[in-house]
Amino acid sequence: MNHFPEAWGRPRDDVYGPYNPSYLQTTGPKTHTQSPAVTGSSILGIKFNGGCVLASDNLASYGSLARFTDVKRLRKFGDTAVVGFSGDISDMQYLDRLLDSIDIRENYSAHGNTLNAKNLHTYLSKVLYKRRSEFNPLWNHILVAGFDDDKKPFLSSADLLGTTFSAPHLATGFGAHLALPILRRLFPEERPIEEITKDEAVAALRECLKVLWYRDARSLDKYTIAVITPQGIEFQEDQKVEAQSWAFAETIKGYGAQVN
Amino acid sequence: MATLLSQPHGEAIGYSFTQSTGVPTKEHSFYPYTDNGGSTLGITGSDFAILAGDTRSVAGYNINSRYVPKVFKIGGDDETGEGAHILLSVVGFAADGQALKERLDAVVKMYKYQHGKSMSVGACAQRLSTILYQKRFFPYYVHAILAGLDEDGRGALYSYDPVGSYEREQCRAAGSAASLIMPFLDNQVNFKNQYIPGSGEGHALEPKKADPLSRDTVEQLVRDAFTSAVERHIEVGDGLQMMVITSGGIEEIYYPLKKD
Repeated sequence: MNHFPEAWGRPRDDVYGPYNPSYLQTTGPKTHTQSPAVTGSSILGIKFNGGCVLASDNLASYGSLARFTDVKRLRKFGDTAVVGFSGDISDMQYLDRLLDSIDIRENYSAHGNTLNAKNLHTYLSKVLYKRRSEFNPLWNHILVAGFDDDKKPFLSSADLLGTTFSAPHLATGFGAHLALPILRRLFPEERPIEEITKDEAVAALRECLKVLWYRDARSLDKYTIAVITPQGIEFQEDQKVEAQSWAFAETIKGYGAQVN
Repeated sequence: MATLLSQPHGEAIGYSFTQSTGVPTKEHSFYPYTDNGGSTLGITGSDFAILAGDTRSVAGYNINSRYVPKVFKIGGDDETGEGAHILLSVVGFAADGQALKERLDAVVKMYKYQHGKSMSVGACAQRLSTILYQKRFFPYYVHAILAGLDEDGRGALYSYDPVGSYEREQCRAAGSAASLIMPFLDNQVNFKNQYIPGSGEGHALEPKKADPLSRDTVEQLVRDAFTSAVERHIEVGDGLQMMVITSGGIEEIYYPLKKD
């Protein structure tokens, strides 16, 4: 009997050979997330007359494995803001807890102000920038939607490096390649946001999610849409990509460029 | 069991958690920078300075947004920029640029609160150099240009490298299209390679002397520089943001550029 507690329940050295101690090291260089593990794909966002819409599918992939198929990647903050997360799911959950604690603190505070989407975006982008500056990044690309200080629709993005930008329509991940061109065509810059209705915006995002489901291998046909208006946030969970037609798939050979 | 007991205390049993393992140090695969493209340009006159930048933000071949300003008012109101008397442009890694702008803005404001007078451009220029050099071994990856009016009311322009080397100049182009714009500026602002016709025989011509240009001329030069850069550089386009600082204050001009 060995009296070292560390040895209890471990394979015996004399039978199995010594355990590789590199797995037990507590010294040596500190390690950080160098790459994401369980990931979420695109987040889509668009502004319309009087509000914003965010959309994302409910998938969390483990590499190419569709690991978790019921993960909500859109998160409410207060009554007027929604944050959408793509990238690492565990880092999303960390940020989610962080936002929970801020929300609780805000609700207990006496000043009565509530953080709007713009404040929230500033805060999150600073968290992301601080972590990248420590070489310990939160591996996410986020979209924040809601309203700014003037109560105008607000939509902005922040990534794992702390880079921020804003536009009438935004998409992360594969959506930046597949959905943004569709959105830019449907709602060109010449067309003012005041002309875009809520129904139009929602329909456009549903269409984009369908395209992503057809062509992004790390996507799912189950998704969530969040509509943010001054009246409140309308969450539509457990949505399904409707009217799928895979007829186009039969004609594709090779990478799609081949004719016969 | 006899072999296990016969071992000297704690040795050869690989359960001592703190022993060094000789595991090679792992290289960080996280790269904390990105290039958000775009170009900036500054020109001074006898009683004004112009700082301009395009408004496109890119990530690789993607356009993040068509309107992300690169020129900022320093020391003014947070929202409107009112009361500012210094301009800063940053091009390179946008998140660092944003952080740098916010730090300099705070410094200029603190100076006013503590000394009861506005910071001179020369002092601000030296302070910006110090801020950049403080991060010598993890630099702000930006090319900064600072503009304002000096004590004599003349246009002042200072340009920086990412680690704080700086110099006062008449004109400077920075960013991705700097190599396209700078030679044009050498020729059109400092009259390099321009000679007075008929002033001498053969190669003994008298060089044309550089005098400060009028504001209209400079504005047109800036527009020409950017419309030309848009033609030849994919990261430059969408819009041109021009800030003109005179004794009367700061004027902002937006001029659309090609969006292709």
